[in-house]
Amino acid sequence: MSSLTIAIASGKGGTGKTTLATTLAQVLSDKRAVSLLDCDVEEPNAHIFLKPVIERRETVEVPVPQVDEQLCNGCGQCDEICQFNAIVTVSGTAMVFEQLCHSCGGCVRVCPQQAISERQKNIGQIEYGHSAAIQVVTGTLTIGEAMAPPLIRAVKDNAAAADITIVDCPPGTSCPMITAVHGCDFAVLVTEPTPFGLHDLRLAVDTLRQLEIPFGVVINRADSGDERVCAYCRTEKIPLLAQIPHSRAVAAAYSRGDSILDAMPQLRDTLGALPEEITRLTRSSQ
Amino acid sequence: MKIAISTSGTDLQAPLDQRFGRCAHFLLYDDDSGDFTLVENSQNLNAAQGAGIQAAKTVADSGAQAVISGHCGPKAFKVLDAAGIAVYPCQAASVAEALDLFKGGKLTAAANADVEGHWV
Repeated sequence: MSSLTIAIASGKGGTGKTTLATTLAQVLSDKRAVSLLDCDVEEPNAHIFLKPVIERRETVEVPVPQVDEQLCNGCGQCDEICQFNAIVTVSGTAMVFEQLCHSCGGCVRVCPQQAISERQKNIGQIEYGHSAAIQVVTGTLTIGEAMAPPLIRAVKDNAAAADITIVDCPPGTSCPMITAVHGCDFAVLVTEPTPFGLHDLRLAVDTLRQLEIPFGVVINRADSGDERVCAYCRTEKIPLLAQIPHSRAVAAAYSRGDSILDAMPQLRDTLGALPEEITRLTRSSQ
Repeated sequence: MKIAISTSGTDLQAPLDQRFGRCAHFLLYDDDSGDFTLVENSQNLNAAQGAGIQAAKTVADSGAQAVISGHCGPKAFKVLDAAGIAVYPCQAASVAEALDLFKGGKLTAAANADVEGHWV
């Protein structure tokens, strides 16, 4: 089969994205080359379960402006063009707030005094490693940094090609999640059958529909709540890909950082069938 | 001297807004004449980020030399500090009450931001 990139996303945090992503990687890597990209860069945790041997690390930098106060005349054109309030002119000179900067370079271009240049700022690092046959690539945002998207893009761009690439996404529906799901062939939305799970699932569904990325739903801890998530998926004609039962044995394995496959061996068949199902759904959505 | 007071209203009896960056207006009070004007800040209400920075610039451009607000975060404080504007944190209920405390010397200028920064 051709290569397939699957985003594992959710609206709500803590629904089991990483559990599903790492378990899916383990199941599929028996027969295929699998990469797992941990794009939840604010709190990457797939390595806890996959325990990769790290082979290489690299830092990721973004350009941010620096102002030569001798040349700056406080004209305010940088301030005007910045859509993120990252540069402001006050008392006759421009002041930079690097953490708000989206590295567009607009201020550098508009400055009539050539007073603004760019310097590279470290925002995080990427670790490359293997866990058995699985290539594991982990992005980790430097503490205190707010710009996750450039690091997420670097993780996705720098990973080696594989038959199946699994992207463990950040929760929510804001820029980091959108950056992580962007360009993926399919998104699996992991949810739980609770009011919060349903509420945030709706947000994620709306987001993916706007992005025109085909998707399906996996319900985790399936018998712990009520029927509303199932009913919602039926009404919205969203494919329900799998239901993972609520299980004390799975929770115990998870709490130790172990694979949940030993606690729930039947997942091998359920998850092993996902790529074919996803390929079918991806084709039918085109 | 002109003093900018964050408020959700439009006159001296209006509530003091605890938020600096995302208040609706600054009431710009001239303590020599006792007159005031309003400076619009509603353009910052829906800013994705950097509301405090822009509010601080607005205050600096208004010619104020002091700010009275509930709280002031680190980025806004940095801009106000660069502009030489003193920040007086205050828990008064109304603009008038805040001005009375200020005139009576009951408010102390902050040496630093009094709350943590935040992103969105």
